[in-house]
Amino acid sequence: MSGIEEPFSEGASLAHRLDPRGKIVVAALFAVLMAVSKSYAATLAGLALALLWLALARLPVKQVIVRLLVVNSFIFFLWLVLPLTYPGDAVWRLGPLTATRQGLLFTGLITLKSNAIIIGLIALIATVPVVTLGQAMHNLRLPDKLCHLLLFTYRYLYVFEQEFHRLVQAMKIRGFQPRTNLHTYRSYAYLAAMLLVRSYDRADRVYQAMLCRGFHGRFYSLRTFSWQRRDGIFMAASLLAMAALLYLEWRMPTFP
Amino acid sequence: MSEPLIELRNITFTYPGAPQPVFQDFNFQFLPGNHIGLTGPNGCGKTTLLHLIMGLLRPQTGSIIIFGKEVKKEKDFVEVRQKVGLLFQNADDQLFCPTVLEDVAFGPLNLGKPPTEAIGIAKETMARLGLTGFEDRVTYKLSGGEKKLVSLATVLAMEPQLLLLDEPTAGLDDNTKDRLIHILKHLDIAYMIVSHEHDFLNHTVGQCCHVHGHCCQPITT
Repeated sequence: MSGIEEPFSEGASLAHRLDPRGKIVVAALFAVLMAVSKSYAATLAGLALALLWLALARLPVKQVIVRLLVVNSFIFFLWLVLPLTYPGDAVWRLGPLTATRQGLLFTGLITLKSNAIIIGLIALIATVPVVTLGQAMHNLRLPDKLCHLLLFTYRYLYVFEQEFHRLVQAMKIRGFQPRTNLHTYRSYAYLAAMLLVRSYDRADRVYQAMLCRGFHGRFYSLRTFSWQRRDGIFMAASLLAMAALLYLEWRMPTFP
Repeated sequence: MSEPLIELRNITFTYPGAPQPVFQDFNFQFLPGNHIGLTGPNGCGKTTLLHLIMGLLRPQTGSIIIFGKEVKKEKDFVEVRQKVGLLFQNADDQLFCPTVLEDVAFGPLNLGKPPTEAIGIAKETMARLGLTGFEDRVTYKLSGGEKKLVSLATVLAMEPQLLLLDEPTAGLDDNTKDRLIHILKHLDIAYMIVSHEHDFLNHTVGQCCHVHGHCCQPITT
C-alpha cells in the first residue's frame, strides 16, 4: 500500500530484542566517537565493531548493501573533489589536476568513518520501529517536542503520501503526461501547492480533534520498557569496546 | 420541562471572507435523553453547528449555554469537551497515535487518569465496540470501517454525557453501518447525528431536524 517502509525494524535477532534505550545511547556515543576520530586505527576498529553489531542484527545482507550504496554514492563525489584539492605531496597528475597523497588518505578516512557510522546506525537504530524509537527517546528524557515531532512526522507521512498519490491519480485519469512545457510545470506547481494547503488544513483538523479529547499540551506515554540482563551486558561490552577505540585514538598516529 | 443540555441563543456566525452568514439569529435547544438527527443540504451549517458547540468555532454574536452554564472562553470549552464527545467526519483527523490502544487511552489520560486506569478504560471501551484484539494495531493501517469504530471508541472512552456524530456512515459498508446502529441503540446517553442517510437515521434517532439559517426545524413524519 505504501512506499514508506521500515524493512530493518522487523526481526527477532538479539539486536532487535535489546532495549531500544540502550541502543540509542550506544549508537549516539559511537557516532560522536567516529565523527571526531582522526586515526585510521581507531576508525578501522570502529568499523569492525559496527560490523559486529550488524552481525548481531542478522539483517538481509543484500538490502544492507543496497542501502550502503546509496550512502556511498554521496561519498563518491568527495572522491572526485577532495584528493585533487587537498594540499600535499603529488602522487598523480593529469593535465592541470594533481591528486595528493594526503588528499587520498583523508578521503579514505572520511569514507571509512561514514560507513562505520551508517552500519552502526543500521544495526542499532534501524532495528527499532520508528514508533518505539520515539517512545524510547521520550523515556530517555529527551525533549518532548523532539519526540513528538518525530512521531507526528512519521504518522502523517503516510497520510501525505496517500494524499499525494490521490492527487497524482486524479491528474493521470484525466490524461496528464509530464512533458517539457509550461502546462506540466504549472500542474506540478499546483500539485505541490495543493499538497501544502491540504497538509495545513489537516494539521488544523487533527489539532481540533485533539482539543476535543481534552488535549492540553502534554502527551502521556503508555509504553514501558524493561531493562534486562542482556541489555546490561550489551551496554557494558559496547562501552568497553568504545573505550578501547578511544585508547587507540590516543595512542596511534592520527591524521594528518 | 427539564433544562436543555445545549442551548444556542441568537447566534450569528459567518466564516471569514464568506459573503453570507451561515447562521443569523439562530436558536436551538437540545434536551436531555434526546436522540436527534440533523439533515439539510451541503453547506447549510450542520458541521458548523457541531463545531460551535465544541468551541472550535466562535460565533460573532449570541450566547451558547451548555449544561446550564454559558460558555464563552477557551477555558469554558475545555470543560465542555470533557463532557461532550465529537466524532469527526474523517477518521484520519481523529486518530493520530501510533497504536489503537494509545489513541483510545489518549482522552482518559488527558482527563488525568493514571496510565493503568486509562488502559483499563480503553480496553473496556474497545470490548464494548467489539474491538478486542485491536490494541496493538497501527492506526493508519486499519480499514475505513475499523478506523471509524476506533474513532468512536476514542470518543466514548472519555465517558461523555452527550455525543455528536458528524456523518458517521460516510463511506461505510452495510455491515459496519449495522454495527454502528447496534452500538448507538445500546448507548444510554443523548446524541445528535449529522447524516444524509434517512435509513440510518430512522434506526438511530427519534426525531430529525432540518438545519436552516435561523433554526433547526423538526421534520414531522
